[in-house]
Amino acid sequence: MSKPDNTVKDALALGPENWADGEDPLARRRGGRIGAPVSRLDGPLKVRGKAPFAAEFPVEGMAYAALVFSTIAKGRIATLDTAAAEAAPGVVLVMTYRNAPRMRPMQQFDSSEKAGGADTLPIMQDEHVYWNGQPIALVLAETQEQADHAASLVRVTYEPGHAVTSFAEAKANGTDTGDFHGPLHLEIGDAEEALRAAAVSVDVTYRTPPHNHNAIEPHATTLAWHGDELVVHDATQLVTHTAWTLAHIFGVDESQVHVTSPFVGGGFGGKLVAQHQVLGAAAARLAGRPVRIALPREGVYRLIGGRARTEQRVAIGASEEGRFTALIHTGTSATTRHSAWPEPFMLAAHSHYAAETFLLDLQTAYVDMVANGSMRAPGGAVGVYALECTVDEVAAKLGMDPVELRIRNEPATGPTDGRPFSSRHVVEAWRTGAERFGWAGRNPAPGAVRDGEWLVGMGCAAASHPYVRMPGGAARITLTDKGLARVEVAAHDMGMGTETAQTQVAAERLGLEPGQVSFRYGDSALPGLVPAAGSQQSASIGAAVVAAQHALVAELLKLVSDDSPLAGLEADEIGAVNGGLAKLDEPERYESYASILAGAGRDEVSVEASGPPPLEMMNWSMHSFGAMFCEVRVNAVTGETRVSRFLGSIDCGRVLNPKTAGSQLRGGIVMGLGLALMEETQFDERRGRILNASLAEYHVPVHLDVPEIDLIWTDLPDPHAPAGARGIGELGITGAGAAVANAIFNATGKRVRDLPLTPDKLL
Amino acid sequence: MADSADAIRINGTAVEPPGDPRVSLLDLLRERLELHGAKKGCDQGACGACTVLADGERIVSCLALAVQYTGREVVTIEGLTGEDGPHPLQRAFVEHDGFQCGYCTPGQICSAVGMAAELERGVPSYVTDDLAAERIAPGRDEVRERMSGNLCRCGAHNGIVAAITETYGTEAR
Amino acid sequence: MIPFTYARAENAADAVRLGAADGVKYLGGGTNLVDLLRESIERPTTLVDVTGLSSAIEERDAGLLIGAAARNTAVAEHRLVRTRYPVLSRAISSGASAQIRNMATVGGNLLQRTRCPYFYDADGFRCNKRNPGEGCDAVDGSNRTHAILGASSACVAVHPSDLGVALAALDADVHLHGTTGNRTVPLTELHRLPGDRPDVETVLEPGELITAIELPAPPPATRSAYRKVRDRASYAFALVSVAAVLGVEDGRVTAARIALGGVAPKPWRARTAEAALLGGPATEQAFRAAAEAELADAKPLRDNGFKVELAARTITAVLGRLAREQA
Repeated sequence: MSKPDNTVKDALALGPENWADGEDPLARRRGGRIGAPVSRLDGPLKVRGKAPFAAEFPVEGMAYAALVFSTIAKGRIATLDTAAAEAAPGVVLVMTYRNAPRMRPMQQFDSSEKAGGADTLPIMQDEHVYWNGQPIALVLAETQEQADHAASLVRVTYEPGHAVTSFAEAKANGTDTGDFHGPLHLEIGDAEEALRAAAVSVDVTYRTPPHNHNAIEPHATTLAWHGDELVVHDATQLVTHTAWTLAHIFGVDESQVHVTSPFVGGGFGGKLVAQHQVLGAAAARLAGRPVRIALPREGVYRLIGGRARTEQRVAIGASEEGRFTALIHTGTSATTRHSAWPEPFMLAAHSHYAAETFLLDLQTAYVDMVANGSMRAPGGAVGVYALECTVDEVAAKLGMDPVELRIRNEPATGPTDGRPFSSRHVVEAWRTGAERFGWAGRNPAPGAVRDGEWLVGMGCAAASHPYVRMPGGAARITLTDKGLARVEVAAHDMGMGTETAQTQVAAERLGLEPGQVSFRYGDSALPGLVPAAGSQQSASIGAAVVAAQHALVAELLKLVSDDSPLAGLEADEIGAVNGGLAKLDEPERYESYASILAGAGRDEVSVEASGPPPLEMMNWSMHSFGAMFCEVRVNAVTGETRVSRFLGSIDCGRVLNPKTAGSQLRGGIVMGLGLALMEETQFDERRGRILNASLAEYHVPVHLDVPEIDLIWTDLPDPHAPAGARGIGELGITGAGAAVANAIFNATGKRVRDLPLTPDKLL
Repeated sequence: MADSADAIRINGTAVEPPGDPRVSLLDLLRERLELHGAKKGCDQGACGACTVLADGERIVSCLALAVQYTGREVVTIEGLTGEDGPHPLQRAFVEHDGFQCGYCTPGQICSAVGMAAELERGVPSYVTDDLAAERIAPGRDEVRERMSGNLCRCGAHNGIVAAITETYGTEAR
Repeated sequence: MIPFTYARAENAADAVRLGAADGVKYLGGGTNLVDLLRESIERPTTLVDVTGLSSAIEERDAGLLIGAAARNTAVAEHRLVRTRYPVLSRAISSGASAQIRNMATVGGNLLQRTRCPYFYDADGFRCNKRNPGEGCDAVDGSNRTHAILGASSACVAVHPSDLGVALAALDADVHLHGTTGNRTVPLTELHRLPGDRPDVETVLEPGELITAIELPAPPPATRSAYRKVRDRASYAFALVSVAAVLGVEDGRVTAARIALGGVAPKPWRARTAEAALLGGPATEQAFRAAAEAELADAKPLRDNGFKVELAARTITAVLGRLAREQA
């Protein structure tokens, strides 16, 4: 807390060495660069079509790759005839299990420090088939047209084995308790008994289909071997993990693989290491040619698994006053033996509501399909949907306003761990949101408001996403004698605005103008393990830059001359301001960076440091929150739904850049509208094959589906997060789907518990 | 063969059509001319990321066989950027944050330029109330319907529509 | 995409001369054919580009003659189409995206292939359209978007055109040019029902080419409309669409032409409903009864039963609106 005599000190102070209980002085500092609506720095490049994406790096002598995908879900290749493909015009190489180099399988992302793989299967090493759509041959040719044509000439027959491709059979075969950083099972009290005894209870099952990320840029890699060194231009959300994974697979040193990924055309959890990068590198090695492997859109569906199917039981018991006595969130998610990545739908129960008892459990059922993986807000997107729709059902049963019911169950501490909240202003978000949206004008009676053919309804839902800071964040700061700083982190900007926001934060932290700071990212040669995952980049980069700044100050103090105003001072007495350093409680004792370097005869000073372990996550219950409000119009004749209004009232700590943050939140909300109304990866359960492997048949929202999305935020800093900011990349999609579904219930009186809510279900 | 009817004019430069008739206009641009502004998102006309202008009309270049476009004038995002700076719509996209990853952006911008011309000459849309109207105002619903052929997965729809309505809001009315 | 040669036809005679050989496909805007080439579903050895043929839109005998090479947008924006045949303008505008409408030709639109996912996945599934006699994986598969009318046990795919549905309701004729000369067939007879040969989709002879569409004068004192119901607000194929031309005088139906999209292997002219309506009261009950009469023969599959009710409701709503406009 600032006292008046400490104002200057706080304005200059460096961030904490230890985030366990440390507070970032930047969090509360106003009037600086943080919070300014700066247009994204790479915008001019992107609008001119000049930002280079992975499939756009020219490489001399490059060959184009095309893949052949299996058409059975399990079994083995019986015959494989590549003669016609090999004889086709322009063909350089046909690679199958017969001639592919020996390679280790991938290690799955999250299974070890630098593992970045999507599955753990052998990659084109033998005749076995594990999913319908698995790559079984790769063709290299001089042009893409030639490669595609030759790939169509590969002839394969199979000996099918028994594949488990229906969810019902998978469940009947037995399940395991899911594991997501620990077993997904928690009991607090006897929730089933509390449910039975409750004055009011709801006990329902929600079902969500598989989803695909559908980034508009298909996965692509341009790569070349130079001896044992591999240069990879990839579309990835984890450059360092990709370098390590490829090195591990090909048995070379991590330092021999260099991955760049300056621009990524959307990721959403889908751009990790999958088989295409590995196969591309293998083919390049075999052919002795640089290779471009750009997946066709169908290939993205065949190769890149998305969000898994879930079946969720949510049961809530409440007193007559609406206080929750039992919260049960259990169920099953489909996964594969070769990924075992559950869709942890009950995560939100750890933060949303106080309840006397809890029962949380996730069972995984195993199918023979493409390895499902992480997709925007794992667990949260579909789990918050089910939980928040159930809360709406409780409100309806109690005859209570759904906003008031949520506020009534606001927890004082972390509901399942008792940890204090680092910063939580959910009630304020609900109140301000309800006011701005005009919630008081909602008719609580379902199906009561009609405008011609259209039934009109309003709904709301809470949104949440955990604060995450993964271990391994590191940063390098290089200061030049011109007083310019370069901040380098092996992080990613897939459109989140990382470069822009981090330039703002770094400038504020270093006491520089934004124009004096450049932020470099998207390159495995840079420091740090900072995957674009878990909405954690801002926190990871922020803590690493704080550590690097401490190192920088220490280094600069070694360089100051004896007659410097800073001479003799210790690092903890120093702050950054006005392009230099100053003594905290005597700001007139100041010397500019340029002067320090000039005095020491140095062109530049470069330091690198790692962020401390993320102990703040142990000490505090830390989540980003939102109160989502939605108005829908449902056509009484056709069942078509149009979202006419949407408001997100957000509590995510400090907003670093309202322009780019707003876009991220809106983007999540749009994906939530898609989840509610139209998105589904359709499998033919007889074959385990995706039916709608195209953007024409997998519907994502189009412009006409998207209303103007209003956003407000508390903008109250989280003192325990770097710069006071918690993550927002995944928050938007949570809650949005439930707000839509709850609005549809208010409009129509229909409670459909099976996504997506297409017209046929609302007739 | 410059300026012959057998050439495709791309951003003002005559280009020989590919010898292989399978080559799409998009692949001609991206793989043979190193014009990477038009993006490949689906290669089947479902996403609009490859939108370019052919004789001023927006088309999806992935479904256009390049050989079909001889004698035509093709303008890509690279051609929209004038010598005196970006197109007003490009500036508006930056100001309104009409993108995140930037992959669908060139297609959105080319599409919007084509859309403005369609509004000017009174091409109706599915949401146009009065089909007989000579000119159609670029209201929000009109813009949203007409831009629905350009997918954006980052969810920048609001910024895109704001940039378009700001740029064309007065002149096309 | 297999290798092919490309030729451009200067006129219809030229096209048909080139098109008479085996392995030739006519190429219009390419919006469906290029995709099918990439999927190796269409495997021509020669493409004959017919976009240079007549694209003129001109009045003829109080009706309209539309060159087959006319782009969809050009038809939708044409002043006479917008004022006399609003159902056609609206139907075209509801289809695909603006970019595709700028490319697609009228002739090509009518000859586009189904978007049945089982048809489209040549590697993964069986399809009698692609490989006659091999079986249909859609009949017992995921068939939420498939046909409820006119299908067979060999094929349950729907025709995807919106334009064709409006043309069916407008009593359009299709002008054809082939090796043996010219002929004209009603639009409603251009497409075949699948029966046991779903691979034969139209009555076109080998090498025969659509050269024009002819619209008769719209029936006097009628209004027309097109309504399309789909899974997202725009840029999606129809679950159900309805094109209707309705005349009402003194509360009674004087003219009724109705066609349905999204429910059948061809643009489906609802003659049973029309007969039920003609001369009867222009009331919601009558509209609903007529729709139900039309759909009495519907044969829903596992996943598409909703289309029966959806079609009935949409027909009723469209007719109701047209009747109110004339009240």
